[in-house]
Amino acid sequence: MAKYFDMLLEDVRLKEGLTACMNCGVCTAVCPAAAFYNYDPRQIVSIVQTRDDDAIEALLKSDTIWYCGECMSCRPRCPRGNTPGYVIQALRTLSQKLGFFVESEKGRQQLALKRAIGDNILRTGYCLTPRNIRPELHPEQGTVWKWIIDNDEQIYGRFTPVYGKEGAGALRKVSDETLDEIHKIFDITGGTEMFNAIEEHSDRKAREMGFDGADEEYFMEIYTHNSNEHY
Amino acid sequence: MKRASWTDYQKDIADDHYYYARSCIRQNFFPGSEKVFLDILGKDLGRDIFDDPLHTSCTGIGYHSDVVPLETIMAVVARQFALMSEAGYENFTSSCITSFGIYTELLATWEEFPETEEQTRENLYKATGREFKKPKNLAHTSDVIFHHREAIAQRAKRKLVNIYTGEPLKVVEHIGCHYAKIFPKSGIGGSEFPYVLAGMVESWGGELVDYPERRHCCGFGFRNYLVQANRGYSVSNSHKKLESMAPYKPDFIVCNCPGCSMFLDKWQYTIAEMDGTTYGQNGQGIPVLTYEEMAGLVLGYDPWELGMQMHQVNVEPLLDKMGVEYDPSAKYLGRNGKYLGRPEKAVVNSYTTNESRYNIKQ
Repeated sequence: MAKYFDMLLEDVRLKEGLTACMNCGVCTAVCPAAAFYNYDPRQIVSIVQTRDDDAIEALLKSDTIWYCGECMSCRPRCPRGNTPGYVIQALRTLSQKLGFFVESEKGRQQLALKRAIGDNILRTGYCLTPRNIRPELHPEQGTVWKWIIDNDEQIYGRFTPVYGKEGAGALRKVSDETLDEIHKIFDITGGTEMFNAIEEHSDRKAREMGFDGADEEYFMEIYTHNSNEHY
Repeated sequence: MKRASWTDYQKDIADDHYYYARSCIRQNFFPGSEKVFLDILGKDLGRDIFDDPLHTSCTGIGYHSDVVPLETIMAVVARQFALMSEAGYENFTSSCITSFGIYTELLATWEEFPETEEQTRENLYKATGREFKKPKNLAHTSDVIFHHREAIAQRAKRKLVNIYTGEPLKVVEHIGCHYAKIFPKSGIGGSEFPYVLAGMVESWGGELVDYPERRHCCGFGFRNYLVQANRGYSVSNSHKKLESMAPYKPDFIVCNCPGCSMFLDKWQYTIAEMDGTTYGQNGQGIPVLTYEEMAGLVLGYDPWELGMQMHQVNVEPLLDKMGVEYDPSAKYLGRNGKYLGRPEKAVVNSYTTNESRYNIKQ
């Protein structure tokens, strides 16, 4: 018993985030995710502190743990000093390590995040760059963003002398030496291992679902599909 | 609560000699703000600030999307601190709220769980051969502007005042969740009595508007925006804030966090395209400013040199109220003065739905 709880306890965020929740529900009252989804951080904390393996495994395989936006609004309001957002971070990390994330619609989206943000960090040194915010995938970015992307060198050039080039300034090209250091950090600290785990588990699940692996078609499916059963 | 409760949440902010860390989101959407921050500190205030080409993203968006592990971000942050030490600086200032929250959180984690600091030092050394010292002073860039707000007021060319009525402009502020919700003592005013932007507004002649959802998240929610299927979460939370502030008729919104500045701007566009609702005056949106843009206008900078043409919601109604002289056509010029054409029209800027480029409902 308490196999999963013990694994969660290896994460300092669980130690910091959960002492003894009294289930008052203040976290749920202020939670932006609870305002939108059928979601209740109070219940998540309540389940985790039971240490029940079956209940925690169900949580690790559910959509529920993927609703949180990690705004941490819960943190300053908890009268006991708990942080449900930290509990969520520990649950998500474990769900990915164990490959359970692919068992839910929202969990499967981790592949999209790994490829959109994670790979971009390794490629450019930044979480995001103008040209990976493609207007066709981001209609909400509006008409001015489309204008900026159509004229990026001209517009960014007004504010930075090094758009896409090495040197000091906004949106500079990060040097190969620096990227090499970042890659080594990822290799040594488990970042690369996490990326590989997300890819491998996603590929397995994609094949189970009838795709030819975690290819572009699968990516677009998880990036855009919403079953509308989350509210 | 007492009006002065923000004073319980104070912190030391270094006066000079800053190591500057850029923000992924701010440099993408508000590169003019990063430029003017450096100009204000260096040229207007005569302070020393170092813009280091060697630092990278802190990887915070990846961390809060749960694809970058805690141990990894700790080592990346440690590398930033190492670069600061190597450059001869002790005061770290971050342009990004999420980075600032992460730096604060990791410094506290290293205190509380010293084995994580030891492991991080080992990891960083193994990966890069670098060693780091913790910053003597950690500040968000808005803290730095807050610290110098009276010096800026003394150099003001314009005030946050409506030149037609003589009344202070009504300003809604948004400090962003990761500025003070993770460690309230690390933010001016904490998370309940936000004062970092309010202090600037008051010093520069404006009037702060309090409103019920002032502390609510803008709705970024990381994976809840970054994955297209989840964006309903993001727009719904911005919508909640906009509905709450609109009855107070703010002249503009000022944001602390680059993400919040972008979302409160772009989601106004989306909402207007979806159902025609606009929240500002005369059927237009509410202009959304970064605090660097607000400071820049006060100090007399040209709005297009501040990058305000990169906003989706037009800022001209605010510029007119403040009496800012600007060349309307210069808004659409590129780096060498080349005319770039205009963006497509949008409902949020008082055009008709038939002319908008996208059908957001599809």
